Amino acid sequence: MVDASSGIERLKNKIGIEWEPGVYEIEKGMLLRFVQAIDDPNPLWQNADHARKSRYGGIVAPPTFILTIGFEQIQQQISASITSGTLLHGDTMLECYKPIRPGDVITATTKITNIRQRQGDKGRTIFINFEITYINQRQELVAKCRQMVVSY
Amino acid sequence: MSEQLYYEDIVVGSEIIPLIKQPTTRQLVMWAGASGDYYPIHYDKDFAQSKGLPGVIVHGQLIGCFLGQLVTDWAGEQGSLRKITCSYKSVNFPGQTLICKGKVNKKYVEDSEYYVECNLWVENTKGEKTTSGKALVTFPARG
Repeated sequence: MVDASSGIERLKNKIGIEWEPGVYEIEKGMLLRFVQAIDDPNPLWQNADHARKSRYGGIVAPPTFILTIGFEQIQQQISASITSGTLLHGDTMLECYKPIRPGDVITATTKITNIRQRQGDKGRTIFINFEITYINQRQELVAKCRQMVVSY
Repeated sequence: MSEQLYYEDIVVGSEIIPLIKQPTTRQLVMWAGASGDYYPIHYDKDFAQSKGLPGVIVHGQLIGCFLGQLVTDWAGEQGSLRKITCSYKSVNFPGQTLICKGKVNKKYVEDSEYYVECNLWVENTKGEKTTSGKALVTFPARG
């Protein structure tokens, strides 16, 4: 069991330092599981014949799909450092630059950008900000995302 | 899917056709698998109750993706979602009806691109806004 404050100190030492990038091959099955999970029937995400005739020329991922890439890494890092209390997702910001297609290989690079603590009536609340940059196999920047996680 | 909207069709102050979602615990499990978010607060009732909640809660990011769907449905295949922000203000529970809404805030042309900015939010049936956000979308123009 890691002491809560030493865990936070450990996270604070990582502010601004990029983690080992995660490399993800985007498969059609991943996209299918994603659109089934949100229940989004848009044929652009699933129907190859329909998508071929669109301006994309083939299936693309819904823009929010990228949010699932690398999020696991964030959770693992937080759970390893903060072992007690409750975690909640605070906010999300996503900027989309290029469509993502099945077969793309996405490299997600994550870093903690800020950690703040606030003492309230119910105890201490910690706000952790992350930034994730997504690059495809052609070295094109496809998306950028900021996440804020709250621990209390 | 409705007909493609063009920049000229967009009226500032108008509302987007709402998207209604009724997440079930099954959907939360599907989301956990699709997203890799296995925090037990979303599938283990005992764990959620140990955190002072009445039961499992909907993943914030699933709600964020509902708002994304609201926007991509509205933008059509020729529109593009450029930026979306979501702030998860209060928790949502499976079984609740969630109404995803949006309203056009402003529109402008920059570098020959036709931008529309809208406010987004999710309401439960009590009318409480549990999530709020914004989207920046580019639309085709008739020219």
